[in-house]
Amino acid sequence: MKPILVIGGGITGVTAAVELAETGKEVILIEKKSYLGGKVIQMHNYFPKLCPPACGMEINFRRIKNNSRITVMTHTELAAVSGKKGAFTVNLKTVSRYVNDLCTACGECVAICPVERPDSFNYNYGLTRAIYLPHPLAYPQRYEIDDNFCEGESCGKCVEICKYDAIDLNAKPLEKEIEVHSIIGATGWENYDASKISGLNYNKSLDIVTNVEFEILLSDKGPGEGKLVRPSDGKPPKSIAFVQCAGSRDENYLPYCSAVCCSASLKHALNIADMLPDTKVSIHYVDLRVTGRNEDFLRRVEETKNIELVKGKIARVDVDPESNVLYVEAENIAEGLKKKEAVDMVVLATGIVPTANIPGTIKNDDNFMLTNQQNGIYPAGCAKKPMDVSTSVKDGTAAALKAMGK
Amino acid sequence: MTKNIGIYICSGCQIGNSIDTNKLCDRMSGELNPVVMHSHKALCSPDGVNLIQKDIAEKNIDACLVAACGTGVKDDAFRFDNGVLTERVNIRELVAWSMDPLCEDTDMAADDYLRMGFAGLDSTSITTPFILDEISEEILVVGGGVSGLSAAIEGAEAGYRIHLIEKNERLGGWASKWKKQIPFDEPFEDLIDPVVTDLIKRVEENELITVYLKSGIEKIDGQPGEFVVKLNGSSIKVGSIVTAAGWRPYKPDSKDFYGLGVIPNVITSVELEEKVSAGKLPKVESVLFIQCAGSRDLEHLSYCSSICCGISLKQAKYYRDEHPDAIIYILYKDIRTIGFLEEFYKEVQDDPNIIFIKGEFETIQQTGDSVEVIVQDKLLGEQLTLNVEQVVLATGMVPNGTDDLKLGYRLGEGLPELKYEFPDSHFICFPYETRRTGIYAAGTVRAPMDIPSSMDDAGGAMLKAIQTIEASKRGEAVHPRSGDQSYPELYLERCTDCKRCTEECPFGTYDETSSGTPVVYPNRCRRCGICVGSCPERVISFADYSINIISEKIKAVNIPDEFDEKPRVLVFVCENDAMPALEMAAREKLSINPYVRVISVRCLGSINRVWISDALSHGFDGILQIGCKPGDNYQCHFIHGSELTEQRSEIMEETLSTMMLEPERIMTKFVEITDYKGIIDHIDEYMEEIELIGPNPFKDI
Repeated sequence: MKPILVIGGGITGVTAAVELAETGKEVILIEKKSYLGGKVIQMHNYFPKLCPPACGMEINFRRIKNNSRITVMTHTELAAVSGKKGAFTVNLKTVSRYVNDLCTACGECVAICPVERPDSFNYNYGLTRAIYLPHPLAYPQRYEIDDNFCEGESCGKCVEICKYDAIDLNAKPLEKEIEVHSIIGATGWENYDASKISGLNYNKSLDIVTNVEFEILLSDKGPGEGKLVRPSDGKPPKSIAFVQCAGSRDENYLPYCSAVCCSASLKHALNIADMLPDTKVSIHYVDLRVTGRNEDFLRRVEETKNIELVKGKIARVDVDPESNVLYVEAENIAEGLKKKEAVDMVVLATGIVPTANIPGTIKNDDNFMLTNQQNGIYPAGCAKKPMDVSTSVKDGTAAALKAMGK
Repeated sequence: MTKNIGIYICSGCQIGNSIDTNKLCDRMSGELNPVVMHSHKALCSPDGVNLIQKDIAEKNIDACLVAACGTGVKDDAFRFDNGVLTERVNIRELVAWSMDPLCEDTDMAADDYLRMGFAGLDSTSITTPFILDEISEEILVVGGGVSGLSAAIEGAEAGYRIHLIEKNERLGGWASKWKKQIPFDEPFEDLIDPVVTDLIKRVEENELITVYLKSGIEKIDGQPGEFVVKLNGSSIKVGSIVTAAGWRPYKPDSKDFYGLGVIPNVITSVELEEKVSAGKLPKVESVLFIQCAGSRDLEHLSYCSSICCGISLKQAKYYRDEHPDAIIYILYKDIRTIGFLEEFYKEVQDDPNIIFIKGEFETIQQTGDSVEVIVQDKLLGEQLTLNVEQVVLATGMVPNGTDDLKLGYRLGEGLPELKYEFPDSHFICFPYETRRTGIYAAGTVRAPMDIPSSMDDAGGAMLKAIQTIEASKRGEAVHPRSGDQSYPELYLERCTDCKRCTEECPFGTYDETSSGTPVVYPNRCRRCGICVGSCPERVISFADYSINIISEKIKAVNIPDEFDEKPRVLVFVCENDAMPALEMAAREKLSINPYVRVISVRCLGSINRVWISDALSHGFDGILQIGCKPGDNYQCHFIHGSELTEQRSEIMEETLSTMMLEPERIMTKFVEITDYKGIIDHIDEYMEEIELIGPNPFKDI
């Protein structure tokens, strides 16, 4: 059997790849970023256990390292596809990271690099050098160069100091045509662009952040280096309001429910209670959608001091330009009021938007790939519908079985 | 068997700035006496790898000690042909990057790590995989509902012979009783015909699937690759199992449950489905659906049954389609229509005759022909009295459990349960993790879920079942130590039948003879080594992980006589989370105390008391064990390894007290993989504590 192509190195794609390889199949796993782990590896922790994603990811990386049947190609995208199940021809485009696999991740190049860039892995909180390791547990453990910032050969300091011939500033993109048996499309998601939502004024204050940005603020990579602080002034926030369904369940933006945002905000509330127990948290929701055993998780939140769950939408978030104070206009349906309250921070629980980009596939109105594609192409994970980590892992495993069939 | 050991030391990645690797070679070559010993400026470079390969070819080196970066980095470069053992000694992170450069303590650490690596390599054997003579490639699927049918079809389509057993006289399960189901995808205007009809047809037409109706399991014995399944009347051999035993509607014990069984017009959602399917939906003018009737209720089902919101929306449409004038009330806490189901909810919401009430149920009673229900409306903040002709209770799902598998395992007939009778373990990252290797739960037996989710789940479980068969053909472990070909070997002459291994193995690898002697099934094993830790008699070992190997490493450390300047603490670090955290600390330029010596273990649960007594009698001043968090939100990759460490602390204290040592000589700490600062703090704090207690009196002996 020809190898199976897995597109996307997030939790779904990594799972599909290791499960296939451990079943004895050859797998090519391509990822457009320089590292595996996708969106989840940027998360502070998972609900409902509040445990770090790197824990399970590290096991998966070990499974990849120990399995010669998996070929990982980072910085690689699918450019074209033709054929049918059993005999697809795919064209893979690999852009250069300018650092080859002789890199030992010793870090000497970083110390000497004179240029800084925003740390995109951390949603631009903080800076890295132009040559950098995306994050400490990155797989592969290999540096890369951001050519938007690197000064190239006119500088060349990193090339000089590297003892391993690992850096080539003139490296060119590569194209490769290969034959594959089938294709798993685990192309993942992005969070909804909060600046599109009218009234929430996402761009007007550093203290109005999205839920994925909030993950960084909770981590030691955030501006507080492990302490939760307001981005604007570095002070611990005394009150934080969560805006649920920021974009989701709204015909003007995303008509569907993004499935994970309720649980994510409940998790954030517990994180805050742990770090800043006196900080007042209010979660403004339409319905609290946590299913199955995660009901226990909701109960845990309900029993935690200083967390208030408020049924009702937030219509507006305003910023007082003088004082930088945020005002949320919230309807409290239970109390039948509409209130304007001042808070220190606002977290927008933005939803899941698919980033599917596989030539020739059929999508629904919301840009998710339909389950029924041409025989031999199998969408999986958030490319197919919004889902949490556990469901994505199940879905990636299920797609693996479909992909290995005749 | 003596080995031809070659030692290779890397001075690249600034290792050479901290350790004079030429001097290290000089010191160690005399002491350890390897066949060859080289220092190289970049061992992982083509030139460095070439050097090792040349020695393998020309000097018959069959065991390489690579002192450079640690396992997980540059693995491909240091993986040599079969028959050549490789031991990686991480002098990059654990010494050069984390200790003061070019000083005595750093040199002593490097020396010790080389000694430990050498001793370990010398006592390690080549692993030869355990492969059964005959491996069944057939798969048993238990349960003929949506999940079981889907699993069977997917397995057969992948080319595997499937045995599908169903206890009832026909296939289809609950879903075959439903008249319609919710569409999988847009458009959501109309309900669709149940997919189960098609699934049954596909099963019946597939030649690779054998269906056993009215069948139950009498017993299952054996292990992945050779399970023997006794059915009523026959016996089949399978390589792996998917259990899709399904669910049953919640039935409360109490009489006082929303008037059910007392008021005739109160029925459950399953009863309504049965009426609809029989074409007997009574004409009514008003209906009230009560959501979470039993679910999300600490007195009944603590969990959310996940599907009831969708079901009631669907059933509301049944009424609206048949009786266009009917008014439907839906009393809910939250409407949980996740994902695209939201668009179905929107369809139903747009119907002016369907009224949603967010509130809490208070009382119910029969008044004449109708039913009076009083509810507290949470949105209006007032009490509402509803008089309706029909009340439908959205009762939840209860898992059927897995005891019907009748496993002949010493640890029980079913799969271990996580909570609320759902068999599950690492449900976030590894939802198909199972504590009974080769047996996978699918569908509603493991969590409440709807039809599309059950079908997907069945595919995933079937893939894992196939994978177990394929792994057993290669003699390899499955997740998390996938590919590991070592397995437990027992020296039974010394066994005292104490049963610790049979009780403590998280995966039920061991059964017992009638006299209590362990019987090992290597294919059930996941190679955590917890049995190695449990055995007081050193009976159990793996070719590359044994009491002897670690003991030799411990004894290889050179313990200085004087305590004041050079205490020594042994740190057992779990390879899964603690070790990556420690290496990350070094990469983040934190210092590791130069007086500690780190040994990586497969799981804290694999630590044997012999290692503790060996370390203390060898002169270590203290022992620190660092692993993954135990407890409900456990992160131990072997389920309860960390918990066992706590339970065994009594044994450890006993070991200490027989040696007349303070209990603080052993300490256990838990870290998360990202807590690289924490692991350094734990080590530093423990070193301070040891300073206070003073030297181990065994040092002088």
